Amino acid sequence: MSLLEVKGLKKHFPIKSGILKRTTGQVYAVDGVSFSVEKGETLGLVGESGCGKSTTGRAVLRLIAPTAGTIIFEGVDIMAASRAQMQTLRRDMQIIFQDPYASLNPRMRVRNIVGESLKIHNVGTEAERKKRVFELLEIVGLSTEHAERYPHEFSGGQRQRIGIARALALQPKLIICDEPVSALDVSIRAQVINLLEDLQDEFDLTYVFIAHDLSVVKHTSDRVAVMYLGKIVEISDSAVLYDRPQHPYTEALLSAVPIPDPHTERARRRIILEGDVPSPANPPKGCVFHPRCPRAQEDCTAAMPALVSTGGDAGERHEVACYFPARFKDGERSVAGEPFAGASPPASA
Amino acid sequence: MAERDTSGSQVTQDLTISTVSELDLIEDKYSGRKPLGLWADTWRRLKRNHLAVVGMCIIIVFLAVGMTEEIASFTPKGYLAPYNPNAVNYALSPKGLGSPPSWSHPFGTDYLGRDVFSRVLVATRISMLVGVIAVAIALIIGLILGPISGYYGGWVDSVIMRTADVFFAFPYILFVLLIMTVLGPGLWNVFIAIGILGWATYARLNRGSVLSVKAMEYVEAARAQGASDLRIIFRHVLPNTMAPVYVAIAMGIGGAIVTEAALSFLGIGIQPPNASWGKMIADYLSYLAAGSWWMLTFPSVFLVITVFGFISFGNGLRDATDPKLKE
Amino acid sequence: MGERLLTVDGLSTHFFTYAGVVKAVNGVSFTLDRKETLGIVGESGSGKTVAALSLMRLIPDPPGKIVEGSLMLGDRDLRKLSDEEIRQVRGNDIAMIFQDPMTSLNPVLKIGNQIAEAIILHQDKGKGEAWKMAAELLDRVGIPDAEKRVNQYPFEFSGGMRQRAMIAMAISCNPDILIADEPTTALDVTIQAQIIDVIEEMQQAYESGVILITHDLGVVAEIADKVMVMYGGRTVEYGGIDEIFYNPHHPYTWGLLGSLPRLDQTEKTRLTPIKGQPPDLIALPSGCPFVGRCLYERPTCRNQWPALEIVGPEHGVNCWIPEDERREVRASLPHFQEYAK
Repeated sequence: MSLLEVKGLKKHFPIKSGILKRTTGQVYAVDGVSFSVEKGETLGLVGESGCGKSTTGRAVLRLIAPTAGTIIFEGVDIMAASRAQMQTLRRDMQIIFQDPYASLNPRMRVRNIVGESLKIHNVGTEAERKKRVFELLEIVGLSTEHAERYPHEFSGGQRQRIGIARALALQPKLIICDEPVSALDVSIRAQVINLLEDLQDEFDLTYVFIAHDLSVVKHTSDRVAVMYLGKIVEISDSAVLYDRPQHPYTEALLSAVPIPDPHTERARRRIILEGDVPSPANPPKGCVFHPRCPRAQEDCTAAMPALVSTGGDAGERHEVACYFPARFKDGERSVAGEPFAGASPPASA
Repeated sequence: MAERDTSGSQVTQDLTISTVSELDLIEDKYSGRKPLGLWADTWRRLKRNHLAVVGMCIIIVFLAVGMTEEIASFTPKGYLAPYNPNAVNYALSPKGLGSPPSWSHPFGTDYLGRDVFSRVLVATRISMLVGVIAVAIALIIGLILGPISGYYGGWVDSVIMRTADVFFAFPYILFVLLIMTVLGPGLWNVFIAIGILGWATYARLNRGSVLSVKAMEYVEAARAQGASDLRIIFRHVLPNTMAPVYVAIAMGIGGAIVTEAALSFLGIGIQPPNASWGKMIADYLSYLAAGSWWMLTFPSVFLVITVFGFISFGNGLRDATDPKLKE
Repeated sequence: MGERLLTVDGLSTHFFTYAGVVKAVNGVSFTLDRKETLGIVGESGSGKTVAALSLMRLIPDPPGKIVEGSLMLGDRDLRKLSDEEIRQVRGNDIAMIFQDPMTSLNPVLKIGNQIAEAIILHQDKGKGEAWKMAAELLDRVGIPDAEKRVNQYPFEFSGGMRQRAMIAMAISCNPDILIADEPTTALDVTIQAQIIDVIEEMQQAYESGVILITHDLGVVAEIADKVMVMYGGRTVEYGGIDEIFYNPHHPYTWGLLGSLPRLDQTEKTRLTPIKGQPPDLIALPSGCPFVGRCLYERPTCRNQWPALEIVGPEHGVNCWIPEDERREVRASLPHFQEYAK
């Protein structure tokens, strides 16, 4: 059984206008996302701004109410959970935020920030909680003398550690890492990535790692899901995805990331996508990527292709939502001229 | 690698993992410095703002005077001022115009021959009471409804804010008159009337800040940890929205004192022979034309100084409470 | 490389604040030739942006002040120019592209208006002609329907489009030097690729020298000819692109390269972060600012700033570790075994 299973998750934000605040449209922030996360693994969610990756993370924790879909955590349907059940579930699911400045209450001492969830859930006595907070600070590489300080006395990297300690307090099983290193300097970024990796080994954590930086996601994740305009377009094992991307968007995304090695970098072929990401309030008909897709054909404008397994080389798990996915056989890459039948959505849809 | 004492690390020897050694437990400019509490920190910054310190001194002096008189009002004598503030002495008011300042009556006497200095002192009690209690009432209502309005949004927000609009739109004095008519005259009713009318300012001011603070990630973090709405509102949101409120409180106290003065001027505030600054100003205004300037001047000066004190202190407090403002 | 455009020698820019003197830039020297791209690499607080702003004399004074150094633009000393003259230099000789295209355009003016304004200011052109040029420039930086787009406001442009418009504005007066301060940091990676392409194209077309300020070594690897690595207001190392990436001599440069996860890495390796936290700019040591985070520091490091040591053609480093020892240490770092392949 997967630790987390998400099926058909949707989050639409109404656009309200006029003095009567009538709903005049929808922003399709997350539009039918399905994935599962196994215990102990890291699933990367990657995509450009506005692709819905952060919304997905928050919807999974029900920090925002999903519009539709099911979320099953350890066999329990979160969407059907009552307030009290949700309260218990929160102990097992935590989140680490992007902005180390906005994610800590500036008027609380570090010991209160880190220990708050212990207090909320009535864990232990005051003395035990204090001991646990000290322990947590040590775990994330801070010292106990930091406990009495306020967040503004710390640098960005240190604050991020405080945020991590807070998330660890109740020994959660799943942590959503929402761009945990994007706001940090390069040298600090590596510290935090290593810390997250160590914690995962030490405490058997499962991560959903949300980031826009593909190098970071590749480094941290076992599997990666690529999102575009509220949909997952490709999902597979991390190494496979980076080696043999099948979706044209994944290809373009990977080729756009500069590699910090001048010889390699200058020898690379780069796919430059034309134009900008369309507005999620008005996504293109058919495949959401077709207006920017170098491979787009008529079939692509009809309906969004389903996310289906295309069967990789060695039978690895590799799902892609494309009518013309790249195929790899004996190290040769090819793109079929005929639309991939498996990608057609069922007629009823 | 910098040498440092890793006291406390033995507690979690078994949990310490490779990362920690790699990191060299962080040392920085705050190391060794005793962490200050937020209020101690605020005080340290407030001290540097001279105007705020002056304001604070003024407030302390007047509060002390008011409190002393309040305590004295329970003694058999009923006052601490040099003279009985309500004792009429026509001998000291020839021609009914009072007598100008002198050694025995430094602020002069009024048209009934009462000592103005004593009356101003005793009036301090009522004026400070009006300011503090009326604003406290307004604040309690405002700081409950404001955050609720901003945090929940939707129809709750609409109802509260439209009600606040009504309070804003209605002519202020007329509204107080209405409430006073319902409640009947009396000192406490003055407090309540002014208090009830003031909530909308705090509620609306606070709601605005709440809207921006509730979008902060630390609020989301609290929700993710399972914090209840009440805890989020009063522990995470409200404390971070207080800075503008401090200024409003200071202004509000000054404003309440002035409002009481206006009510007294209209004859529906403090009932004679009790004195408040406003009541005195109202009573003495007509004597200015006759040349008896001292009657009006001293209560007015006290009023102005107090309001100034509250405003400059409030401004200073706003700046000093921001923990992000580094030195 | 072409003619020398800019020679900066010993530039120091300090900020005199209530809490103390912030030595944002401390004795920095570099040069820039025509058609050359200099990458200035450093983390937040390293002084890279202040160094660039100093070139245009855009440091707010007070509290900032260029306290030392010479800034030679050709044979003109930028420090000695009058306010009027430096205004002519800005835009005309040196133009700048900023990080945030959302805030660097005026939201209430039409895009065309903002570009035309720059043209009218520096060139003897009428309004109609300037607008026509604005449209041509937008077209050149790859904005479709440029004729229509000049009449739009910034909010009608996406982030990438705005950055293109900023580039159009910057090149409008054919500047010799283009300073790009984190031009792609606020943009998505596919848009970043577009913008870097445009910058490169414009550099070719106008034969300008480009100063690219960034924290992203990937971008540097892509377009820079030479690199200056800054830390705590100092240049710790400078050199040609290959020298910096394949023959780095400063422990900070090693640290930076070792902290980066790489997309083309086949096996999963552990990153080697730089220990500790960024320095407190008010209390920088008199010696090397990297002390406390450097794994190889010695007693001298804290109190004395090492002299520039030339280790190769156009490759200099400021470090107290003797050269042979440096080479030895570097060879032992896992990261450089990978590069050696």
